[in-house]
Amino acid sequence: MRLLCLTVCCVALGLSSVRAETDREVQAHKLVLDLAGAFSNEGFKMRDGHWTGPVKQKENALIAVNLYAGNQYWFSVGAVEPAKKIDIAVYDETGQRVTTEMYNDGDKAAAGFTPTSSGQYYVSVGLLDGDESTYCLVYSYK
Amino acid sequence: MYPSRAVAIMLLSAVALTAAEAPRLSSSQLAKAVRNDAISIPTPGELFAALGKPGKPNWSGQFRGPIPTTYSNRPQIALNLGGLIADGFIAVEAQDGQQVKNIGTDIIKMAKALGVSENILGRSNSINDFAENNEWDALQEELEATQNEVKSSMQSHQDQDLVILVSLGGWIRGTEVVSAAVLQNFNEQSAKVLRQPALVNFIHSKVEDISPETRNDPLVKKVSDQLGVIEQLVAFPPGKPPTVDDIRKVHEAVGHVMAEIQQKPEAK
Repeated sequence: MRLLCLTVCCVALGLSSVRAETDREVQAHKLVLDLAGAFSNEGFKMRDGHWTGPVKQKENALIAVNLYAGNQYWFSVGAVEPAKKIDIAVYDETGQRVTTEMYNDGDKAAAGFTPTSSGQYYVSVGLLDGDESTYCLVYSYK
Repeated sequence: MYPSRAVAIMLLSAVALTAAEAPRLSSSQLAKAVRNDAISIPTPGELFAALGKPGKPNWSGQFRGPIPTTYSNRPQIALNLGGLIADGFIAVEAQDGQQVKNIGTDIIKMAKALGVSENILGRSNSINDFAENNEWDALQEELEATQNEVKSSMQSHQDQDLVILVSLGGWIRGTEVVSAAVLQNFNEQSAKVLRQPALVNFIHSKVEDISPETRNDPLVKKVSDQLGVIEQLVAFPPGKPPTVDDIRKVHEAVGHVMAEIQQKPEAK
């Protein structure tokens, strides 16, 4: 809990960029931390780093991550209103979609998998229902 | 209303997606992906977690002797700070509380030398408390939070150039340790974790993008030149595990760079 509080404090300090995060970005981060906390209970370690940005229908956001073969990963995303249904998917370095376990619950979603090859992967965040909004992406590993 | 965590975990495993029919992303789409220090560069802890899957390495055997904490060159301090943070992750994997505390003290000394926020001093106390109580998971998170706080402070003090150097120092030290551990007990699964050409390319491009003043620092220039070579060495084909010889070449290259980074220039 102490670490969760520290993480939330870090949001307020705007760790991911020079500028201060907006209220909506902070809200999206809190939302996704609630989801990612479930994975912490399963032994996953949550990265302190996160990424926030805008998302709108038919324009998926794509974020590059570098992963290690053998680790298990869960990518969690949360989006604030007026987003109603958010989607997440993972692609390998060739652009091929990776088979993942999925969790979708309206404004929160997660995708989990265990890469067999180390290297670059891409996390795609899409808005399936609702209007342009702000999302926050975090990931966990074990 | 959010689902309880227990319910969430049940839901998490409920759906599996078949991805084979999904359309492939084009290279132009992939090129436009966001790449950011905070989420695109893995922590040393992630690398060490992957290495530990086939069997627990001898982490204590990867400790190095104390390094100087009195460098005067700011890029060199930043590179060594990243390396020290990686050392902290190694000490956590080895579950050596005293080593964690010693490294934590050195991290704070170097951070202060760079003039980062006084807030960092609170991290030192947390690291000591967690180490006293053998809270290894908490320590790992605290180390990453410390690294992020250092970077945040650098950004707010117009020291953005140093941020990527901290990440770079951590990656080089982490790769030096992992390649050494793989060579000591070679197996293909462990060796595969060292395939990271896109990561090295990203770090290299960020180093090339810093201010000319920092980029032309002799040490930064040497390290940057070597990154191009290292990128080729870690570009193993996907699906084909690297050989012992491949790993030895990576280890020698990153070991050489690490030696340059930690060498204190002789006083004039």
